Amino acid sequence: MTRFIAKRVLQGILVLLAIYAVTFFLVAATPGSPFSTERAIDPVILKQIEAFYGYDKPTSERFVTSLVNVLNGEFGPSAVYANRTVTQIIAESFPVSLKLGSLSLLLALGIGIPAGIVAAVKRNTWLDYVPMSVSMAGICLPTFVMGPLLALVFGLILNWLPVGGWFGPEFVILPTATLGFYYAAYFARLTRGGMLEMLNQDWVRTARAKGVKESTIVWKHCLKGGLIPAITFLGPALAGIISGSFVVETIFQVPGLGQWFVRAALNRDDFLVLGLTVLFATLIVIMNLLVDIVQVALNPRLKYD
Amino acid sequence: MTDHSETAVLADEPIPPPTSASEIAEEELVEGSSLWKDAWSRLRKNRLAVGSLFTFIAIVVFCIAGPWLSPWDANTQDLFLGAEGPSSAHWFGTDTLGRDLMVRVMYGGRISLMVGLVATIVALSIGVIYGATAGYLGDKTDASMMRFVDMLYALPFTIFVILLMVAFGRSLWLMFVAIGAVEWLSMARIVRSGVIGLKKQEFVEAAVSLGYSHRRIILRHLIPNVLGPVIVIATLTVPAVMLLEAFLSFLGLGVQPPNASWGVLINEGQQNMEIYPWLLIFPALFFAATLFCLNFIGDGLRDALDPKSAKD
Amino acid sequence: MALLEVDDLTTYFHTRDGVVRAVDGVSFTVDRGETLGIVGESGSGKSVTCYSLLRLIPEPPGRIERGTAMFDGRDLLWLSRSELRKVRGKRISMIFQDPMTSLNPYLRISTQLIEALQTHEDISHRDALKRATAALEEVGIPEASKRVTRYPHEFSGGMRQRVMIAMALITEPDLLIADEPTTALDVTVQAQILEIIKQRQNDLGTAVILVTHDLGVVAGTCDKVLVMYGGREMESGTAEEVFYAPRHPYTRALQKTIPSLQAKGQELYTIPGLPPDVSKPIDRCAFYPRCPYPKTGKPAGERPQLEEITPGHCWAACGYCDSDAPIETVLARADEVVDDALPVEGETPA
Repeated sequence: MTRFIAKRVLQGILVLLAIYAVTFFLVAATPGSPFSTERAIDPVILKQIEAFYGYDKPTSERFVTSLVNVLNGEFGPSAVYANRTVTQIIAESFPVSLKLGSLSLLLALGIGIPAGIVAAVKRNTWLDYVPMSVSMAGICLPTFVMGPLLALVFGLILNWLPVGGWFGPEFVILPTATLGFYYAAYFARLTRGGMLEMLNQDWVRTARAKGVKESTIVWKHCLKGGLIPAITFLGPALAGIISGSFVVETIFQVPGLGQWFVRAALNRDDFLVLGLTVLFATLIVIMNLLVDIVQVALNPRLKYD
Repeated sequence: MTDHSETAVLADEPIPPPTSASEIAEEELVEGSSLWKDAWSRLRKNRLAVGSLFTFIAIVVFCIAGPWLSPWDANTQDLFLGAEGPSSAHWFGTDTLGRDLMVRVMYGGRISLMVGLVATIVALSIGVIYGATAGYLGDKTDASMMRFVDMLYALPFTIFVILLMVAFGRSLWLMFVAIGAVEWLSMARIVRSGVIGLKKQEFVEAAVSLGYSHRRIILRHLIPNVLGPVIVIATLTVPAVMLLEAFLSFLGLGVQPPNASWGVLINEGQQNMEIYPWLLIFPALFFAATLFCLNFIGDGLRDALDPKSAKD
Repeated sequence: MALLEVDDLTTYFHTRDGVVRAVDGVSFTVDRGETLGIVGESGSGKSVTCYSLLRLIPEPPGRIERGTAMFDGRDLLWLSRSELRKVRGKRISMIFQDPMTSLNPYLRISTQLIEALQTHEDISHRDALKRATAALEEVGIPEASKRVTRYPHEFSGGMRQRVMIAMALITEPDLLIADEPTTALDVTVQAQILEIIKQRQNDLGTAVILVTHDLGVVAGTCDKVLVMYGGREMESGTAEEVFYAPRHPYTRALQKTIPSLQAKGQELYTIPGLPPDVSKPIDRCAFYPRCPYPKTGKPAGERPQLEEITPGHCWAACGYCDSDAPIETVLARADEVVDDALPVEGETPA
């Protein structure tokens, strides 16, 4: 087990390095310079600024310096938002995004997994049809459709909830619902599929022949294996919630990191883009590592490989 | 099925007795007619899938033929008119620049559907070739090729696509490639497992012993036989691709004005939804309906082509 | 009174493509401590018969249409769900065909072994674990105390089937139903498994229903035999009578398929043709289309009645073939019969 974790951690580090490299060269290939703003700057001063940030050196050399800096925890300054460092921006906005993201994920799991289990156990009844139809609708209403629609209905027409800002618990509800419901739909479908596969196994029949109650069959015999597809999807779900936050934070004017990312990319704020990418990628890599470990813990057949 | 020299050999033992009815039904079907015929008859019985197919066709026809029949042009502005709600002249209303929303939804649909189609073809080509190669070569090549796919699965792709669109301009062609390059992974997995299953069968061994080249065996013998699952996953990739396009367009990174896709229209609608809600509702409705139909068609096809998965 | 008395058991599957008459009016009895063998080809309905007794068939599409199965004075087929659960695993246990898929790979062997005890008896976890270890020892698993906490994938097929037997017998049931317990195993292991079942049966006095496609196994292990074909009874009686004096053409054909009874160097005999298509009603002897005996007339539109030859030895007397013809001439004819009796697969000639 320790060897397995060590191997996966090493793999994760390599993946992170690769992501950093790809991001760096993509950003470097973007036309223009981070310092060419609307205001005309004296070419001499521009040269000086560029030299200050190392932009006069060849890209490959810059890559090495920036990598060393990042490994030392130095993400550099924001090129566009003067006198703020990337670390400051992250420290300010990350708690907001973390709250939004983790609440959405909890909502997705809290609704999706029970709904999937119920649908599988009561298959071909209305307890299956209703949640599965709703989840199909959920999958067809991505965040950028769901968000405005929820805002329209609950914010503007019914006037129950605020549609913008981030000032208290009531401001959290709509963005979380927008992000969470979409993935709840996915988790519901995956859990249903996984549970159905388990319930169709021969060993369920063995358990029934022993006189085991149906509820025990579901909880004791089928849950572990039935949850595996949903757990595997946690990694992609986190990645999706992060990119979904780009949209949701824009729609609901949430002062989180998602907003910053698209703006930074469009403004060629190189250091900010790189810093955010490293953060997002690290979160996703950690999640995938956790998923791998949980999978091994759930499935005894994987333990000795 | 082991050695039976010590046991009684009956006509066709030891096939286990059919324990569920669907197995029994399946055995009969295999004898009677071809796979595709069966699939078709099963698909026709699936009302949800058939209804979705017709709705989808209606949407496609609406988007393609609609603009010719409408008296309005998508880009003619009428600043005097501005944004007006649905009326007898403009059935879906007009946008802030006085353009007819219905025609814009039609044009947006053309672009969204085209992206869906072309990017799926890109994804399909990459996925089928990659998956078939991995499955066919097998062993260590296969293991490392699929490990690579596993790693890609875990990456924050939307971030790359966003950076790619920023770096290389927001052209439609780049978008096809960028989206296609993201969505091929499931395709590769499915083709690979299909090919691995087929590889062991006699007709492939026969082709190998006849000395055909790898290329010929893959293209002529393997790919045609994994067509069923590929059709299913391709149908399900179209909505995924359209979603990604709309996502990018919503962020302003996709289709650029004066062109519009449904994603662009939804974004425009969202900005003014307090005052002009119809600008959001119509494009969102068409977009969601299209995704809905494509997902149900894909599910229906899967049930029809792979009766085992349709058991429940 | 017999331990189990099954009368006119009928189980159909209602599928999209019609009604599959998997079990069509089967009757038999099992006494305490006795072994009943149910023999037949695949698709003959022998497994569905067993599953129906414990109501383990998937419902829908399956449905028990009629019949009774009196067990200890109560009808199993119409017990309430909770009453039924008290019988399952406590009074009647079951062993399945494929030990590789019949054990839950996600749970330890110990958990699965003690499950029946915990369900049916008021027993502490420690005592249950002791009984589980003892049960494993009794079925000949070495180092039982160590292996009891392992997972199924750490056992071989034969060992898993031993675990299944231990699991089924841990509650000391009155009746054990073994559904082809050796079919999925290596030949070398098959005899061992049967031996273990027999030995445990002697220790505990359990009655056994042994489902098999192997008439040879039946001769060695069973007291009584029920031969099934197309969901119906073809012949029944004591093992000696059915084995040494088979009456029904199907039983005779089955007997001819036992390799050790055939002359060395000869090609193995197999019954020509395929089992009947039970999704269409069959109003005659189900074996008629494959029957190698000379036909003596056209079958009328009714099922053959059971006829008692000697007390307890019955056969479904068809009456449309010359079943007294010597078997040698019959076998010589066998090839022609296939040609004219089976023009279309699954289709019966008019």
